[in-house]
Amino acid sequence: MQLPDEHKLASSKKRKQAIAFWIFRIFSYAIIAILFSILSFITYKGFSAISWGFITQMPEEGMTKGGIFPAIIGTLYLVCGSMLFAFPIGVLAAIYMNEYVKDGIIKKIIKQMTNNLAGIPSIVFGLFGMSLFVNKLGFGDSIIAGSLTLGLLALPVVIRTTEEALKAVDDTFRQASLGLGASKWQTTSKVVIPIAFPNIITGLILSIGRVSGETAPILFTVAAYFLPKLPTSIFDQVMALPYHLYVISTSGTNIEESRPVAYGTALVLILIVLFANLLANALRKYFGKKVKMN
Amino acid sequence: MNKIESRNVDFFYGSSQALKNINIAIKPNTVTALIGPSGCGKSTYLRLFNRMNDLIDNTRISGTVMIDDQDIYAKGVNVDSLRKKVGMVFQKPNPFPKTIFENVAYGLRVNGITDKKFITERVETSIKQVALWDEVKDKLKKSAFELSGGQQQRLCIARALAIQPSIILMDEPTSALDPISTAKIEALIYELKKEYTIVIVTHNMQQAGRVSDTTAFFYMGELIEYDNTKTLFTNPKIERTQNYITGRFG
Repeated sequence: MQLPDEHKLASSKKRKQAIAFWIFRIFSYAIIAILFSILSFITYKGFSAISWGFITQMPEEGMTKGGIFPAIIGTLYLVCGSMLFAFPIGVLAAIYMNEYVKDGIIKKIIKQMTNNLAGIPSIVFGLFGMSLFVNKLGFGDSIIAGSLTLGLLALPVVIRTTEEALKAVDDTFRQASLGLGASKWQTTSKVVIPIAFPNIITGLILSIGRVSGETAPILFTVAAYFLPKLPTSIFDQVMALPYHLYVISTSGTNIEESRPVAYGTALVLILIVLFANLLANALRKYFGKKVKMN
Repeated sequence: MNKIESRNVDFFYGSSQALKNINIAIKPNTVTALIGPSGCGKSTYLRLFNRMNDLIDNTRISGTVMIDDQDIYAKGVNVDSLRKKVGMVFQKPNPFPKTIFENVAYGLRVNGITDKKFITERVETSIKQVALWDEVKDKLKKSAFELSGGQQQRLCIARALAIQPSIILMDEPTSALDPISTAKIEALIYELKKEYTIVIVTHNMQQAGRVSDTTAFFYMGELIEYDNTKTLFTNPKIERTQNYITGRFG
């Protein structure tokens, strides 16, 4: 049998490798380029609109001037409200699912349901929230109705990231704890959760990013078109950043004139999400260190 | 009297049988090595003694496993108190993400002991037992992760000793360690034998030969041969054992 020429083989292998690497390289740079151009476009357009007044004042003159203070506050309320609902329920559900439920048909069904929940379009959550929280439970268009709806939306994210965090905890930690005569709950609370905690926190903050940008779920449940005062109770309506952006870009009094406000709003929204992600990283590192010490 | 005894033990993962009719009797204050190729059932067998296999869904055991003449799979057996009696050390050192002190104190605390003086004494005694005291006495409040792999493994042994078990199970305790740390653990096993009954799973023939009094050779879920370590290694009665210990297969 004739072996292929070594030099030819080597150069052909090298060529194929170079082509493959270039394809990967082009696509990864393309993604970065797209992301960067969106960010720089928004920054370029929105930067001039942003000032201290912009983030601390009420909208004026048919939302073409003034600030977006009530929308920022509204979004903060909605994010906090939805997390107060989704975080405990999601984390406890994930702990139960991962640590307590035996493998079998029921676990499979619950898992499938959670995945399906994550795939439902957010506008459907909006409709569901409207019919349940706004109408059936009689909350009306309110912070609580919007928070609960957004919370439902965040639930699968929280459950999934918490589950992943718990799964990442090596089983021998559980076995070592149980092997010392600890109960399942002692093992979960004293060993498993502390180890998983940094990643659980990351999941929380990622879902904050998700929730703060959602428009559809708040459309029918809480968001006000224009409301130049701050809410006084959880049964009040609020303005919110994504919806404000939508309104002034599609149905404001003067769309052209309010463009700078729109880009400014978009920039503020992006900054909030960016801040949440940076915070997630910092907290993960902080708790990662702390976990080793306690 | 036997410390551990298993009679006609079968074990199943779902429908596949991992252990077939295992009969072994282990005397107190001895070291028993379980050897055999990967997947032969030796780790599964080890984990029967503290019912660690209970954690895996869809498993089933038949036959009896006796510890101190009590059937540990009988109805009404308190698994937590069984596990207090049977300590376990794992392949990879796995200290908890806590301080060195709290790692060793963990077993005492989860078992409801709150007496500070007692805990401090037990922690010190246990760390001294594994010959780690001089290395860590000034940094008990430091994270256990700051220790080297070998130190971590000795800390894990101290953690198991703190609750005063009478049996220690070791699942390839040195396979992740360097030769020097391995030698320390082996010396430790020799010391611990005076007070405890030790069962160790190992892939290392020399280790089995060095540390154990009796050796059990497993193959495909069956116990092929169980004898004095010396006899088994120098004069095995079964050809398959001979082939394995001389490295001709496995």
